[in-house]
Amino acid sequence: MMIHIDVSSVLRQTLSCELYSNLVTRPTGAAVRTQIEALLADSRERSLTVIDFSHVGMIDFSCADEVVAKLLLRSVAEERVQREAYFLFRGVTDDHWDAIESVLERHGLALVLQTDDGCRVVGTVNDRERRAWETVYELGRALPADVAPAIGAPQDDAARLLDGLHRRRLLMRLDDGYVAVGGLADRRA
Amino acid sequence: MTSVITVPPSLDDHTFEQVVEQLAAVPPDARLLLDARHTRWSSPYGLTALLTLGQTRAERPTLAVPEAEETAGYWARAGFFKYADELFELSGAVPRVRGGESSVLLEITPVVKSEDVHDVVGRIQQQATRILTTELHYDAKATVGFAMSLSEICQNIVEHAGRGGWVAVQAYTWRKRLGNRRVVVVAVCDAGLGFRQSLESAPGRVLDDRWDDGKALEDAVVRGVSRFRDPGRGQGIAGVRRFISRWDAKLSVRSGTAKIALIPSWDEDVPLQEGLAPFPGAQVQVTLAERVSGGPR
Repeated sequence: MMIHIDVSSVLRQTLSCELYSNLVTRPTGAAVRTQIEALLADSRERSLTVIDFSHVGMIDFSCADEVVAKLLLRSVAEERVQREAYFLFRGVTDDHWDAIESVLERHGLALVLQTDDGCRVVGTVNDRERRAWETVYELGRALPADVAPAIGAPQDDAARLLDGLHRRRLLMRLDDGYVAVGGLADRRA
Repeated sequence: MTSVITVPPSLDDHTFEQVVEQLAAVPPDARLLLDARHTRWSSPYGLTALLTLGQTRAERPTLAVPEAEETAGYWARAGFFKYADELFELSGAVPRVRGGESSVLLEITPVVKSEDVHDVVGRIQQQATRILTTELHYDAKATVGFAMSLSEICQNIVEHAGRGGWVAVQAYTWRKRLGNRRVVVVAVCDAGLGFRQSLESAPGRVLDDRWDDGKALEDAVVRGVSRFRDPGRGQGIAGVRRFISRWDAKLSVRSGTAKIALIPSWDEDVPLQEGLAPFPGAQVQVTLAERVSGGPR
């Protein structure tokens, strides 16, 4: 199940005002996140949601914490294990990046960003995690045995690494293999 | 008996201390006359801080408005009298607001609720971008950081002050202090709880012997401590600090009896002042100076 959420539309609905295109203030961020979560409430056990910032002017730190960080934190929380929610962020520009980068660092989070050049993982990931994610993304679907040579580690280590990226909702697990969050969206596009 | 408080000829964040010192000697319920007849200039900080002073009094004080037409005219264009009229008995000639050229980037605007912050950010963006890039020679990227910082500082009122405050932004030229360099000055003032009382309300907060207004400001401004336990809190002020550091700007925050400042290369203020005359709430000022080769980046 794939859902597209235009954050700017949600913002206007939340504020009941057509004039504002900036994501500012913590209450606004909390209201926008609540609205997004309501849209996702009916999603089945596994969903991929595109969070589209294309029409958002700017976002401040407090709002980024409410919209981006808390959305991601809840998606990786224990209670969500039975319902896997994945997010792909689109339309993020330099005007949004400072605030988003700051909250990712603060909470040790990472997300998948889609740009015209493809997808990449950003935020708190180490080199091995990044290389593993990129390998899965390039291959489309990968097993630990496919990733192990790329990260220069035994297959067991690769398996643990991929499992960790899955728990952080950066990779989806399909049977025994893994698919990068952005890779799936690319194939559907 | 009415106590007379003389407003200095030039009213800014430094000279406002003279007003607060005079005020400290006056009982809270005393009748007050603020004499600004001979005031010739005021920064956005001076004007917004005067409004907060009006908020603090049990009895509505009298304000004798500046006699100089140019000064009173500027105060009117800045929106001062619109709000002063509710807080003070105005004495003297209050000019009507006329159109024309103005250096006011954002006239005095009340900040009470979250929507006010949206309004402030939305209104200032276009003009701030023009001034910061063409007059202060900042990178276009700075304008986003500026709007984010303005938003976070205004939110401080909504989240922590417990009562409304005001924001104002102005661009002008510092002839004496910076040799004709353009500056943009942001002032956000409230007469609410203040940093110390806000942090004291944090659940389980342990106060040591050193706890006072200065320590509260250090905790909040330098260490990003918040009264909320949510680990995501405190990022706003940290973001403001990064913006200030990146653009060699100045941030000063006065609360209670202390004032803390992040000092840029072009300024010689002191980082922490303690033992000031008490004044409620928090008064914040951000100053961005024109970039010149060999000067601020």
